Amino acid sequence: MSILIDENTKLVIQGITGSEGSFHARACIEYGTNVVAGCTPGKGGQMWEDRIPVFNRVEEAVKETGANTSIIFVPAAMAADAIFEAADAGVSPIVCITEGIPTSDMIAVKHYLSQKDVLLIGPNCPGIISPGKCKAGIMRGDAFAPGRVGLCSRSGTLTYEIAAMLTEAGIGQATCVGLGGDPIIGTPFVKAIEMFNNDPETEAIVMIGEIGGTAEQTAAEYIKANVKKPMAAFIAGSSAPPGRRMGHAGAIVTGTAGLASEKKRVLAEAGVKVAESPADIPAKIKEAMGNK
Amino acid sequence: MKIHEYQAKRLFAEYGIPIPKGKVATKATEAKAIAAELGEKVVLKAQVHAGGRGKAGGVRITGSHDAAKVAGEMLGTNLVTHQTGPEGVPINSILVEETLDIEKELYLAIIIDSASGMPMIMASEAGGMDIEEVAAKTPEKIITAHIDPGMVFFQPFIARKIAFGLGLNPALVKQAVPLITGLCRLFQTKDCSMVEINPLVVTEYGRLLALDAKINIDDNALYRHKDISEMYDETQEDALEVEAKAKGIENYIKLDGDIANLVNGAGMAMATMDTLKLAGGSPANFLDIGTINDPARVVNAFRILTADPNVKAVLVNIFGGMARVDVIATGVVEAFNQLDITVPVVVRLAGTNLDAGEKILAESGLNLIRAKSFREAAEKAVGAAAGTLS
Repeated sequence: MSILIDENTKLVIQGITGSEGSFHARACIEYGTNVVAGCTPGKGGQMWEDRIPVFNRVEEAVKETGANTSIIFVPAAMAADAIFEAADAGVSPIVCITEGIPTSDMIAVKHYLSQKDVLLIGPNCPGIISPGKCKAGIMRGDAFAPGRVGLCSRSGTLTYEIAAMLTEAGIGQATCVGLGGDPIIGTPFVKAIEMFNNDPETEAIVMIGEIGGTAEQTAAEYIKANVKKPMAAFIAGSSAPPGRRMGHAGAIVTGTAGLASEKKRVLAEAGVKVAESPADIPAKIKEAMGNK
Repeated sequence: MKIHEYQAKRLFAEYGIPIPKGKVATKATEAKAIAAELGEKVVLKAQVHAGGRGKAGGVRITGSHDAAKVAGEMLGTNLVTHQTGPEGVPINSILVEETLDIEKELYLAIIIDSASGMPMIMASEAGGMDIEEVAAKTPEKIITAHIDPGMVFFQPFIARKIAFGLGLNPALVKQAVPLITGLCRLFQTKDCSMVEINPLVVTEYGRLLALDAKINIDDNALYRHKDISEMYDETQEDALEVEAKAKGIENYIKLDGDIANLVNGAGMAMATMDTLKLAGGSPANFLDIGTINDPARVVNAFRILTADPNVKAVLVNIFGGMARVDVIATGVVEAFNQLDITVPVVVRLAGTNLDAGEKILAESGLNLIRAKSFREAAEKAVGAAAGTLS
């Protein structure tokens, strides 16, 4: 009834002893996530807040605790290294929350991951939540409710906003995935949608895209050919001026393909119900579910 | 981050990419002296962070004896191109270069291809034109090649693929391969997000060189390129955006509408702008305040937003996840205490510590326009700006 993470997830937190890592470790545990280990080089052997063992290396954490998923809270300059280490240790998915990683670092990461059987979510993302089961992310749990809609998004706050709108409309979620706002991310829409499409318990899919890049177009091609499940989408940035980076490094219109209007057009052609405002998403997904 | 053409050309020279002879001048007398060294005729190029200079009068060919006069006419003025606002950008320096007899204009660039996760070389025999237009009208004229990180080092065959693809003769291919190789090395070493040579020219004498140069650097990588960070030219940026940055508000972009908005999250900020537009309004800015836990930042944001004379209303649209809405509410109250806010303010809060935030606003006694939902907030802001709601 979910993708990527569920009640079988055993989470290792890279950067657990930092302030952000600590804060979110507490929040994840409180939500019910099975946090089995932390990792901070040089602090191996300690117990984090008297309850979670800290290791020097991810590989050790995996060996000792059976960790199968990682979440990364280390500063941008060291984040690529942390992803490499997690991938080398074989955990999957690897969720990288860190914002501001140089693109060239991510080019190297992406190349390395292409040779490994591991999945990276992010960077520059809010993480993943499978409501009621597991949270490997920085979102507040109470905006989400268990259910059968899959949600994937390039934007963090918009994920919470739209999930809360769905929850309020009585539409629960199987899993919500923040894919990240950078130009190079581990898991693009097409991969997330493929996973939702293959998950028998996911009944409908919501995608929250934005201007810049062509990830929405690639997804549209896949949707047209493969997805029978009802879908709704919102693309942020219709009113954004071209050539300006709208907060996210990836959210910049550099060509016609990057325009919101172009993305909406190809998604509508692929049978996706496209909302003009996030506020219309609950109605659109209901409409799509009624039609199919 | 953008850098000037003359700075980009200095980097080109370091990486073995041929450029025209020339120097940068900040005074008319300097321009005259440089011109005298270069020959009878020179080209004066305004150094601004905006494209479309040629059509806007920012590139002028003149006799060397007139260089001081022409430079004097350009320096200290603002250049308005299709990429700038109506106020333009100031010309504080001019690149004085030799003129060349050009036989052919080509296009060469390297960008980040998000889809493949690799840098990609783009080239075209249709140089000197808007590459977007070439891509739209004659896509067959654009050739591309990925720089695969799996090769570790840049391999010359990629450069040959581009050079032969451009239809260059063997003598020019011989020049093009080191040029393209140098450009790739520069792109990778300096963490560029884009390099563009438009046009890359073939001269009458069969020389290949970069007539123009454009480089954008990955902001996230600036910390490891001190030399490039020092090239930051704040005179080329919008004054309010510079001030916002100085006040710790990184993600502020000024637009030309009349409804200011203060939002947390880049996607939320864009969606708020979109919804304002949908409701018949026009956003005055993009502002992602980020995850704040300091009311002073909200005050500073208000200071920036209300300094824009076009602004007729302010919309605060917050969904507190990591950000706490009580902090935002305190910031709004503080802003009214510290600043002279004369425009209507619409506030919509949701998420973390909502009750505490609502209480702060209610107890403040401020005349705020309140909204519960995303759409209601946008609609009320449009009404407030139009004067039908207060």
